[in-house]
Amino acid sequence: MTNMLQVRDLHVTFVTPDRTVHAVNGVSFDLARGETLGILGESGSGKSVTLRSILRLHPEHRTRWSGSIKLEGDEILDMAPRALSDLRGQRVSMIFQEPATAFDPVFTIGQQIAETVRRHTGKSETESMKRAKDLLEMVRIPSPAQRLKAYPHEMSGGMRQRAMIALALSCNPTLLLADEPTTALDATVQIQVLLLIRELQREFNLGVIFVTHDIGVAVEVSDRIGVMYAGKLVEMAPVERMVDAPQHPYSRGLLASTVHDGMRGQRLESIPGAPPDLAEVPSGCSFAPRCKFVRPDCTTAVPALRDIEAAHAVRCVLAA
Amino acid sequence: MDTLLPIQDRGGPAQPLLLATGLRKHFPVAGGLFGRTTKVVRAVDDLSLSVAKGETLGVVGESGCGKSTVARLLIRLLKPDKGTMVLDGDPVDEPHGITVNELRRQVQMVFQDSYASLNPRLTIAETLAFAPRAHGLPAAEARERVRDLLSKVGLDPANYATRYPHELSGGQRQRVNIARALALRPRLIILDEAVSALDKSVEAQVLNMLVDLKTELDLTYVFISHDLNVVQYLSDRVLVMYLGKIVELGPVEAIYGNPQHPYTRALLSARPSMDPRKRTHEAPIQGDPPNPIDPPSGCRFRTRCPFAEDVCARVEPPLADAQFQAVACHMRVAGSGHSKAMAA
Repeated sequence: MTNMLQVRDLHVTFVTPDRTVHAVNGVSFDLARGETLGILGESGSGKSVTLRSILRLHPEHRTRWSGSIKLEGDEILDMAPRALSDLRGQRVSMIFQEPATAFDPVFTIGQQIAETVRRHTGKSETESMKRAKDLLEMVRIPSPAQRLKAYPHEMSGGMRQRAMIALALSCNPTLLLADEPTTALDATVQIQVLLLIRELQREFNLGVIFVTHDIGVAVEVSDRIGVMYAGKLVEMAPVERMVDAPQHPYSRGLLASTVHDGMRGQRLESIPGAPPDLAEVPSGCSFAPRCKFVRPDCTTAVPALRDIEAAHAVRCVLAA
Repeated sequence: MDTLLPIQDRGGPAQPLLLATGLRKHFPVAGGLFGRTTKVVRAVDDLSLSVAKGETLGVVGESGCGKSTVARLLIRLLKPDKGTMVLDGDPVDEPHGITVNELRRQVQMVFQDSYASLNPRLTIAETLAFAPRAHGLPAAEARERVRDLLSKVGLDPANYATRYPHELSGGQRQRVNIARALALRPRLIILDEAVSALDKSVEAQVLNMLVDLKTELDLTYVFISHDLNVVQYLSDRVLVMYLGKIVELGPVEAIYGNPQHPYTRALLSARPSMDPRKRTHEAPIQGDPPNPIDPPSGCRFRTRCPFAEDVCARVEPPLADAQFQAVACHMRVAGSGHSKAMAA
């Protein structure tokens, strides 16, 4: 497998007159074609900011970037507006948590998908609409011909999310970015959408980056899992390895504090405290204030993300 | 009358703390010409439940199943169209019974949105002292109670009493909401998705705290959540709802270990697996839950049920005892006419 996406030392800072937020502080990873990378983290960990940087969706005038994001050799952070519009939707697509707000309420689902197809492929109106119908069929929406004429509010949450996946795949992208796409869905619907994403990923050999706070969901879809904390990747490992033997104290705590089958009556292991404020870049390990294994050298320098074995990297002085 | 001492138990341990019978809540939907009521959301239909003293009753179901409406009915934020409620032997809002205000002293609620639940212009101490003061507690005693409440939920009074809600994290705010619910020394606390908005590491802290408080203060919980794992962790009995109806009700071991209703089974097997070697390969049921406006006739789950037969569309299944739990499914009713049911 060749790496289609290379993210190197990405820093994203949001600057407003009264506040500066260091949302992403040096994230590096690769993604191969046909691979699904799950990025796991809590709110404010920088997982969505990292994802959105790949499409440069942040407001230009108050965002400062550094580092590099290369898609098939093209530097995304240097792209001109026109190249960026060609990138969005055509090479890289994104699905969001809330399909009700991602769609325009005053156009039908069919119009919105067909518009995207026309913009990127230059097909005629009839052809684009036919493509839209095929796409709805592909995401298994029943009676697709009628659904083309439906407005977003006329569809259920699960159907809207399927329609958004259809829209995202309308121009045959190679990279699909998913930002908590099943979080707002009901349990019985969530699993249907996860299976659909997994199936389409295989069928089209897509690279997928799947951002979620839900470990179960990440385990269902990912080949590799990266755990983020305070704007940094603290651990990256193949999914089995991450579940069986997480090494970073934060990943361990996160897995142990997640309630699952058979924990009734046991006291939950919790991580004391709360994630840090991102107004300043910490000089040491950002997890140190909450870590029960903290040592003096944890606070003197930021630990490097080191490989402890093939494909398993940990950002902790204790990891060997 | 000192209203703020702990309330004495009256009916003994065998008498349910809260008994609700035949609760119904329908919401009219205005529509059509001149805003006439054309449709009705049948949020909760003929629902009966009892909450035993000292237990945690878990309520699970998907969005629109009526679980939050049930919570609001139990604390009378909504007036039921029909049905009665009895709190430790006293009928609620009836002659010779207790008033709604008295009910709300004994039954308190914690909501999902920790920020929207707090008045942004009041400090934490003012918020916590509000209800005790309104119930006539002198200022000095109220201050003492605020300190006590904050320490109970693990927040240092010296540090947090004078802060405003926006200065706290989500987990800390939810601790304040729990402290506020405890301020009048209630007996029953309704937790409506109270940990759902919290991050996992913080959720675990709050769950541990809820377990401790329950023992320490002799509380009873109704725990409403869409998260099946958390409900399993906390509950003694579990009630499964679908489109305004109870489909299954029983001890947590029976519901999770041996679910009888096809919906409960689907819901449980839709949980993502925590093991990458045991991934889900097929969705247990297809489609979304139907709109609670005009729910299906007969059994409301039949449109998504793999075992649906004629009888399911014609007759509404009663909530009948089956082994350790109660189930509303024709397959579990002898002689119901379903091919999988036992003969009468």
